[in-house]
Amino acid sequence: MEATLFILTALTALVSSFLVVTGKKPVNSVLFLVVTFFCIAVFYVLLGAQFIAAMQIIVYAGAIMVLFLFVVMLLNMKSEQVWEKLDYSRKMLAFAVAAGILSVVIVGIKVAVVPTPDDIENFGTVEAFADNLFNRWLLPFEMVSILLLTAIIGSVMMVKRHQGDPK
Amino acid sequence: MTVTIQWYLALSAVLFAIGVGGVLLRRNVLIIFMSIELMLNAANLALVAFSRYLGNIDGQLFVFFVMAVAAAEVAVGLAIIITIFKHKSSVDIDQVNLMKW
Repeated sequence: MEATLFILTALTALVSSFLVVTGKKPVNSVLFLVVTFFCIAVFYVLLGAQFIAAMQIIVYAGAIMVLFLFVVMLLNMKSEQVWEKLDYSRKMLAFAVAAGILSVVIVGIKVAVVPTPDDIENFGTVEAFADNLFNRWLLPFEMVSILLLTAIIGSVMMVKRHQGDPK
Repeated sequence: MTVTIQWYLALSAVLFAIGVGGVLLRRNVLIIFMSIELMLNAANLALVAFSRYLGNIDGQLFVFFVMAVAAAEVAVGLAIIITIFKHKSSVDIDQVNLMKW
């Protein structure tokens, strides 16, 4: 049952991520990436990470992809030629790098021996997260808020009109 | 058959490789950015898989922070893309070459 669900979701994620990378229209790529993020959220639920699954949908599929869609709309991106305009050396470099990464990781996976564990109670729940985030990892948690503040200030400063800009 | 960690790691590796292919092969800045997000998600998937199969929640905490950093990075990166577009009226990455030697 779990294996069936895993295989189905994995196929969906692989197909949609492939279509993200090879799509001609940027809007289609954005929407396929949303599908990929939902598939990854399903994987998080399969792995017992409930809080992370909810965060994946809220933050990634809900906020980040909406930002991408806004930018696609603002910049008015149309469809484009993908494969024909690339030179041969670039395609070969991409294949070589991707194949190299895949082979290294797959060798690593074959060597990895991890026993299948039992289920832990309250594993990925909000309580377990709060237990860690507010006790042991309190400082990184607060630093994240400063990081987000910096990102907001930075992006607003970059895009606002300054004096002396041409209208 | 039970789902072992190797399944999740292999899937994460393939997603990461697809993201790498997207970064290297596409010329549209936004698609490159989306491929980077795909790579980040592949890494998150590997982290959560390890967290489950080792019984330690630290992997999921790491994913929490990676998601926060990715959100901040997307905000700043999209602001940069919009600013570049205001000057060049193009989102072709091959034209952003002012600092090329």
